[in-house]
Amino acid sequence: MRIKILAAALASAGLYSVNAQAQTEIQWWHSMGGALGEALNGLATKFNASQKEYKVVTTFKGSYPESMTAAIAAFRAGQAPHMLQVFEVGTATMMAAKGAIVPVAKVMTDAKEKFDPKAYLPTVTGYYSDEQGNMLSLPFNSSTALFYIDRNKFKQAGVPPTPPKTWKELIAVAEKLKASGQECVYTTGWPSWVHVENFSAWHNVPIGTKQNGMGGLDAQFSINSPLHVRHIAMLSDMAKKGLFTYAGRTNQADAKFASGECAMATISAGALGGVIKAAKTDWQIGFLPYHDDVKDAPQNSIIGGASLWVMGGRKAEEYKGVARFLAFLSQPEIQMEWHTGTGYVPITQAAFDLTKKSGFYDKNPGRDMAVRQLTNKAPTANSKGLRFGNFVQGRTVIEEELEAAFQGKKDAKAALDEAVRRGNEILRQFEAANK
Amino acid sequence: MEKRVVFRSAWLPYVLVAPQIAITLVFFFWPAAQAVWYSFHLQDAFGLKTQFVGLQNFAALFRDGNYLTSFKVTAVFSVLVASIGLAISLLLAAMADRVLRGAMVYKTLLIVPYAIAPAVAGVLWAFLFAPSIGIITYVLKGLGVNWNWIIHDDQAMLLVVVAAVWNQISYNFLFFLAGLQSIPKSLIEAAAIDGAGPTRRFWTIVFPLLSPTTFFLLVVNIVFAFFSTFGIIDATTQGGPAQATQILVYKVYHDGVKAADLGGSSAQSVILMFIVIVLTVAQFRYIERKVQY
Repeated sequence: MRIKILAAALASAGLYSVNAQAQTEIQWWHSMGGALGEALNGLATKFNASQKEYKVVTTFKGSYPESMTAAIAAFRAGQAPHMLQVFEVGTATMMAAKGAIVPVAKVMTDAKEKFDPKAYLPTVTGYYSDEQGNMLSLPFNSSTALFYIDRNKFKQAGVPPTPPKTWKELIAVAEKLKASGQECVYTTGWPSWVHVENFSAWHNVPIGTKQNGMGGLDAQFSINSPLHVRHIAMLSDMAKKGLFTYAGRTNQADAKFASGECAMATISAGALGGVIKAAKTDWQIGFLPYHDDVKDAPQNSIIGGASLWVMGGRKAEEYKGVARFLAFLSQPEIQMEWHTGTGYVPITQAAFDLTKKSGFYDKNPGRDMAVRQLTNKAPTANSKGLRFGNFVQGRTVIEEELEAAFQGKKDAKAALDEAVRRGNEILRQFEAANK
Repeated sequence: MEKRVVFRSAWLPYVLVAPQIAITLVFFFWPAAQAVWYSFHLQDAFGLKTQFVGLQNFAALFRDGNYLTSFKVTAVFSVLVASIGLAISLLLAAMADRVLRGAMVYKTLLIVPYAIAPAVAGVLWAFLFAPSIGIITYVLKGLGVNWNWIIHDDQAMLLVVVAAVWNQISYNFLFFLAGLQSIPKSLIEAAAIDGAGPTRRFWTIVFPLLSPTTFFLLVVNIVFAFFSTFGIIDATTQGGPAQATQILVYKVYHDGVKAADLGGSSAQSVILMFIVIVLTVAQFRYIERKVQY
């Protein structure tokens, strides 16, 4: 009996090694934990089963900054993976590292893989394309900020249970909710992403010069415009009156809304899964609120999430496999599976249409809001995305200054002026390092 | 009656210390030298382009008012962690020293937190004090305290200090207990016969005799607060709100590891290295003069 098992094990090990020799392995480092990690592995398994030449091997490398740090260290040691999932704030760092990366558009043309840049949603790919429109990295998991309300709380306060459209309406509702005894009225996740980055795009005002940094490394932040100051002053005032509860710099607000603690929240589209699972709210999703006296508002929102970068220094044969896999990922059916399974938005128009046709949005109201908000209007230079050098530090600076404003320690103007000054210093440093 | 081993061989002692020296060179001197080298250079994240920039990284730091604030935050944090930590552990050690029954159990329980990594300690306290779900938050809210360390400076500082102190108490406790047990009982008994009460005995005999231990622990605690607490900060406040809990070593970690700014981060660690050298020199000079058991 034992011998039989041993023989079987040996045979299968032998079989495996024969397979491994025949196949070209493609290393893919990522940051998707838990259920998202399973969904990602599902994609790789499906690809591996669909053909015999290549084998995609996925490795979880920790949080976004951790896997990026790991890949940088691996690159310095000459052992970078073929593909790396990088969060959106790391885009400029990756892009500036010519020689360390290969643009996705080049990978696809070199491998003669079918590739039509027009098939992708412009707001999603614009974020990861250069000025000429060449796709540098393939958007993988993209979401956007949405506005969630809990209809139960609205009804209790005697307010019509629909999401307020403008900030003016939101404040009026907030006051009524507060008066009815609601403790946490409104909260937000990702303060810089929602109230500076998406806010600017949604109101069609620049976050920085040079098309939000996409036009060159010599960009400067411009987030201390009168509109920005007015918005942050409004939020600080709401915080003082108890209408806005600050939750933290990342996704802490998701739980605050999902648990039924807060009546309104501006959080990621990706938070919906958790909200549904918690089943503590009668949730409804609306577009982000806007200031109705701003001419172009609402424009379109911008994405957050991560994209796949192809690292340099590998054999041409291996890049063919990478191209094959990226083409596989872009198929409407695969995109639909990823979109409906995880809540991230599809990256092609065809995938969105296919999902619509399947009746998924009728059965799951609200799941199309992210795409609709992202494609609300054709993106402008202000709403295409952003690309600032070392935005990991830049975003921290913005968040620190926002916190000072929300605490009432600084007024909105002083806080945003300081954010611009400190942010620009980081940009100049990055420019000098990447000349 | 000096106890000293004399080696007859000329090379054996060097061979015996070689592994230790090798480890020190590879894991301490080599990285330190690299940090000094990086602090004078500007490099992109992937190390593709490197340029010598002289003292520019240091100049940028000292131009930045926020970096200077970070010194103040570090000083406040270290003094709080060291003083509160020492006071509580001295009290616990003095009490454990007098326990007659079940002393082992008390001592073991008091030593347990030392086995817990700072990051885990941070997570633990962050859970207890979490703004929405924390059990202590619930009690505080019941008492009418508006508890939300995410936005209140002093509460955030309190949280990281409590977590750091809790993590360090065991270490202090061990040293204090050993110190207390090495004080000759005859001195204390003599004072008791002369009519000194327990409080007077403690302050005039025990406390002065403990002073070398106290000083040693003070230095160790300040070094702990300076360097080993970034795990606690990262797991809880991440330096916020605004920069209320951004201590120097956390900024080194954030800029170097998370933001891949090696030049700026290395310049900061070189500055920290200077501070620790000064602290160590002070410690050795003081202890060499004062410690006489």
